[in-house]
Amino acid sequence: MKKNTSAKELLQKLGTLLALFILIAIFCITMPDKFPKVTNVMNILKQASINCLIASGMLCCLITAGIDLSVGSNCVLCTCTIGVLVQNFGITNPVLLAICGLAVSALAGFINGTLLTRLDLPHPFVSTMGMKNVLWGLALVITGSKSIGFTNTGVDSLMWIGGGSIGTIRDAATNKVTFPGIPVSFILVIVVFILFDIFLKKSALGRQIYCVGGNAEAARLSGIPSKNVLTFVYTLSGFMAGMAGVVSVGRLASANGNAGTTYDNDAIAACIVGGASFTGGKGTIWGTLIGAMIMAVIRNGLNLAGASNDIQYIVIGAVIILAVTIDVVRNKVEANARKMAAQ
Amino acid sequence: MSEYVVELKNITKRFPGVVALKNMSIGIRPGEIHGLIGENGAGKSTLIKVLTGVHSPEEGEIFVDGQKVVFKNPVQSREAGIACVYQELNIVKQLPVTDNVFMGRAIKKGFLLDYPRMHAEAEEALKTLGHPEIDVKMECGKLGVGQQQMVEIAKAVSLDAKLIIMDEPTSSLGKEEIAQLMETVRGLKAKGVAILFVSHKLEELFELCDRVTVMRDGEHIVTKDISELTEDSLITAMVGRTLDNLYPKEFGVKGDVWLEARNLNEAGVLHDVSFQAHAGQITGFAGLVGAGRTETMRAIFGADKLDSGEIYVKGEKVTIKNPKDAIKRKIAFLTEDRKGQGLVLSLDVRTNLILANMKGFSNGPFLDKARIEKSGQENVEALKIKTPSLDEVTAQLSGGNQQKVVIGKWVNIDADIFIFDEPTRGIDVGAKIEVYRVMNDMVKAGKCVIMVSSELPEILAMSDHVVVMRGGRVMANVDRDTPHFNSEDIMKAAWGGELD
Repeated sequence: MKKNTSAKELLQKLGTLLALFILIAIFCITMPDKFPKVTNVMNILKQASINCLIASGMLCCLITAGIDLSVGSNCVLCTCTIGVLVQNFGITNPVLLAICGLAVSALAGFINGTLLTRLDLPHPFVSTMGMKNVLWGLALVITGSKSIGFTNTGVDSLMWIGGGSIGTIRDAATNKVTFPGIPVSFILVIVVFILFDIFLKKSALGRQIYCVGGNAEAARLSGIPSKNVLTFVYTLSGFMAGMAGVVSVGRLASANGNAGTTYDNDAIAACIVGGASFTGGKGTIWGTLIGAMIMAVIRNGLNLAGASNDIQYIVIGAVIILAVTIDVVRNKVEANARKMAAQ
Repeated sequence: MSEYVVELKNITKRFPGVVALKNMSIGIRPGEIHGLIGENGAGKSTLIKVLTGVHSPEEGEIFVDGQKVVFKNPVQSREAGIACVYQELNIVKQLPVTDNVFMGRAIKKGFLLDYPRMHAEAEEALKTLGHPEIDVKMECGKLGVGQQQMVEIAKAVSLDAKLIIMDEPTSSLGKEEIAQLMETVRGLKAKGVAILFVSHKLEELFELCDRVTVMRDGEHIVTKDISELTEDSLITAMVGRTLDNLYPKEFGVKGDVWLEARNLNEAGVLHDVSFQAHAGQITGFAGLVGAGRTETMRAIFGADKLDSGEIYVKGEKVTIKNPKDAIKRKIAFLTEDRKGQGLVLSLDVRTNLILANMKGFSNGPFLDKARIEKSGQENVEALKIKTPSLDEVTAQLSGGNQQKVVIGKWVNIDADIFIFDEPTRGIDVGAKIEVYRVMNDMVKAGKCVIMVSSELPEILAMSDHVVVMRGGRVMANVDRDTPHFNSEDIMKAAWGGELD
């Protein structure tokens, strides 16, 4: 039985992984001279990083049958906070800047959780949608609705997180780059995801997140402080949005209050494509990684193919619907098989 | 012409790994009320689904009015005159009565619905059932549960059904509604409609049925006139062995008072509730539904807030603000709603077993896999939980086994005081006995057990001491060895009478 379930799990993961491979194959065949280049692969990893980080926190919210619609604004607020600290206060210590940004985002997440659990708002849709607008407005207020550039402001070491690479190889003779290096931001993603995997699978708090998502009342009556667990989840989601904001500093090289409009949807899509469900109780971090990679590969491939933004939106929308449809159909087949077995 | 209006002959239905029906035969005469009973999992549901065309059997034949028929889908069964009123009502609460009665087969006039005719026919059907007072234009959600069920039956009547299957029709009804339902069923019988009445309540069968069929393990055990049957013979037929002891009561050694409540008050719910529960005893809580027993337990466990009152655990006054505090005091609370409040159905057995004690199964922040595995295996063995493995999703287990998982969850906090709220509700006889055995083991190990139950025989058989409640007040305290320890006196107290 144990083998059976893990085989099933593998198949489930394989489903989305297979979709990713098919996508890659299609782009490789149609654009053999552009897509399958090392430089481009590293580009995709870099492009996926922000979404991956945001999606990891979003996943936890979705497991509790909730949602965090404020992550995009929260990410931007973090970047803008750092921008203001650099521009107006002349702070350049990267550690201090990162801590300040992360603290602001975690606080915003904590407020999300508190609104939900202590004011008994009916659904996190309400609290986080409200906060989305509040945080967005705050980001615009503190920056005076102007973009702040980070280039040549003395924060290169902070920008290295989002823009730098490790292991760049140059040809000694010509000084030409032969291997662009692995993006620091993606290494960060891998480290974070491994920590999430351990956290969700092996720690008591991680399992409690699934319990609260599966049946909040049963969890409460079993002595699990459901409200605290939920507050933690939204704080974590805010913190991860903040981490994405820190990465944005180097990735976008600017703080712009109006960036990040697609972040919420991209993160939700990555989780859902990766096997999480709006009804809660399910989803894995590696599924989310695959989901985020699928999104990044589509964006990148279509860009290379010269498709305009509008076409990209249409394709991505279709892929989300298709992926979830496959999931629903698969669940139905599984449920039927179970029913047959049970009766 | 056949003796039976509907007959199943030698039906076999297999599912992967299970034979749900084995060579099952049953015949229902026109105008008879035919009872069908069996333990959970005996194959009643599958039988109903074969009759209603949901499942096609591998072997065997179905006859309607002596004609052999094959149902490929539910519509064919409906057209043959077989209707079913399911336990969980198939009613759209937002829609009016008429729309529900004619769901899926609306009468049209041209392109539009012919409401005048549908209203008239729905009214007619309800009148036949003796319920002309139900307004057919009313939203179903505004009707009582009993009336909603009448709407379901009206659906069957308006179909001109020859056979109406009723699957546990009384399970969600109050006393008065049950009486009305029985009246309606008798009325249908008088009109020549055959009824297949599936029920867990033996007294209903004796009151209503002409004949009864008992199933066990997918097989036909016996069909007899009700006059030839007794409750004992029915139970014996159902469980396949004589139940010399349906309630295997064993006694522990009475110890100190481990749980004491003094003057618990919750506005409108509890009024000066006081009681004592001893170690080594089962303290039963008797009373009618709504007597405040569950509320008392929830308040003690910290699930609801008290306005005033004191709680003592092992003689020490304690403050319990939430379930976590209660668990720290080694109090366990098995809720009456197992699925809604006891288990996380979507998660595996393993996780549910440690639900109340994740900290105890962790080293620092990390769960101790080996310890959880070992303890889980021990739970499965000690409580006889029937599950393919600890990885099984809890939703897949039978009710009795789910209940054992909940018990396991509380055993794993190493509790001293176990509060069981309706521990045997909705589980079959075999599992019930196993739950009683677990309670016996607990009191013999010197634990303090509290059992809230609405089944008086259970209270009388298993309790060492009974607290009777009514309207949020304690009406009586009765010890096992006192003359008041009998069903009449306890019932009297539950209805508000004085005991001297």
